[in-house]
Amino acid sequence: MIPGTFAYHRPTTIGSAVALLIELGEDARPLAGGHSLIPLMKTRLASPEHLIDLAGIDGLSGIARSDDDIVIGAMTTQHSLIGSSLLSELAPIIRETSLMIADPQIRYKGTIGGNCANGDPGNDMPALMQCLNARYALTGNEGSREVLARDFYLGAYETALAAGEILTAVRIPVPAAGHGYAYEKLKRKVGDYATAAAAVMITMAGDTCMSVSIGLTNVAETPLWAEEAGRLLVGTKLDEGSVASAVAAAEAITDPASDMRGPADYRTKMAGVMLRRALERARSRATA
Amino acid sequence: MTKSHIKVTINGKAVEALVEPRTLLIHFLREQQNLTGAHIGCDTGHCGACTVDIDDMSVKSCMTFAVQADGASITTIEGMANADGTLSALQEGFRMMHGLQCGYCTPGMILRAHRLLQENPDPTEDEIRHGIAGNLCRCTGYVNIVKAIQYAAAKINGTPFQEAAE
Ligand SMILES: Cc1cc2nc3c(=O)[nH]c(=O)nc-3n(C[C@H](O)[C@H](O)[C@H](O)COP(=O)(O)OP(=O)(O)OC[C@H]3O[C@@H](n4cnc5c(N)ncnc54)[C@H](O)[C@@H]3O)c2cc1C
Repeated sequence: MIPGTFAYHRPTTIGSAVALLIELGEDARPLAGGHSLIPLMKTRLASPEHLIDLAGIDGLSGIARSDDDIVIGAMTTQHSLIGSSLLSELAPIIRETSLMIADPQIRYKGTIGGNCANGDPGNDMPALMQCLNARYALTGNEGSREVLARDFYLGAYETALAAGEILTAVRIPVPAAGHGYAYEKLKRKVGDYATAAAAVMITMAGDTCMSVSIGLTNVAETPLWAEEAGRLLVGTKLDEGSVASAVAAAEAITDPASDMRGPADYRTKMAGVMLRRALERARSRATA
Repeated sequence: MTKSHIKVTINGKAVEALVEPRTLLIHFLREQQNLTGAHIGCDTGHCGACTVDIDDMSVKSCMTFAVQADGASITTIEGMANADGTLSALQEGFRMMHGLQCGYCTPGMILRAHRLLQENPDPTEDEIRHGIAGNLCRCTGYVNIVKAIQYAAAKINGTPFQEAAE
């Protein structure tokens, strides 16, 4: 499978990348790891006439703490997320999730920015970013702005990214010390996209749930932040009754497609099962 | 479409070439460089038969444009033997442990296992299995591939080789 022809650009600054995107308009697309875009180009589902490779821009990758945020550059690869001791210490759910994405080769190339900007409901990072209440730093020709991951996804492959804008970094509030976490993903085999998946972050005081945030992957046209399900759990002891109503609330907001991963109602139920498992594991990991 | 001029190092040798931007790295290696060791299996990024090493990363070369590799150092199966032409520890392991049958996946398997052992010189069986999760083999059932990698790790580390349980 051979992609259509295109012109290749490798700007060295964000400013020149944005300028190229504006100048070339709809025919141009940013290129990060290429592991979502190149498959689309090979099957000719996408035929951009210009690719703006972000790989030549300095300063777009790296992981650092800045006050109360963890800042991850857009071109940071999934492989680097897995190897980061800062993330293992402060937000190990990012490592856990990254390890469930695709396979080792894909993870050397796939970037967090590409995974978040792509808009494919199958991507695992977006629901995790909603769970963590991340903000996306976007730069366009009018300057920079921030959009919450929870506001970013509008539909399948439709995001709040404006024409000419580049996602430069993801900013994640440093999670509370002692939090529990889990990403549970049902897939048919290693390397597959999720049939359904759930991200959970939780804090406990003794037996009581003090806060919880839930994200769901690949059970709607967008990732889902299950706000109501979380609300039903705060203040409870995560007893069976409360968990069952939270699971029902989460299932109620799903709207999956029927596809080779299963019929819609099965995938909805699996979202519930993943949430249940993630809650259990997150709780067992929470301290305090 | 104008071609791009790229400079890469392939198996230690500096190479300059003109490529169409849409040329995938696997086609550049096989068709322009005559390095036919890396194979095209699924052509969709799943099977790993096209795996090569680029700047210390295992990469599926059917999912990368040759232009993206400009400036990089690439290793293919043709560059895996020892300098004196003898088999490297991994190649020897695949031979001794019968780690291949049809051989189609082998160049990708060896390149992936090479990077795995660079990053984790003494992997457990579980780490080996997860480490080659992006490489499909339709013949062996993986048992002998795991043994081949364990054989190579032991040889490189100078420790006795212990076969995985079956
Ligand atoms: C076999 C296979 C299995 C996979 N399995 C999974 C999986 O289980 N889970 C999962 O989440 N992903 C999976 N992926 C996808 C993989 O994680 C991709 O690498 C990732 O989705 C996109 O990241 P990228 O850096 O490769 O982006 P690219 O493919 O380069 O770009 C993706 C899209 O985002 C745009 N874009 C990229 N970067 C930016 C930016 N900084 N600003 C604005 N726009 C940008 C591009 O223009 C393009 O439209 C799989 C891929 C393959 C080939």
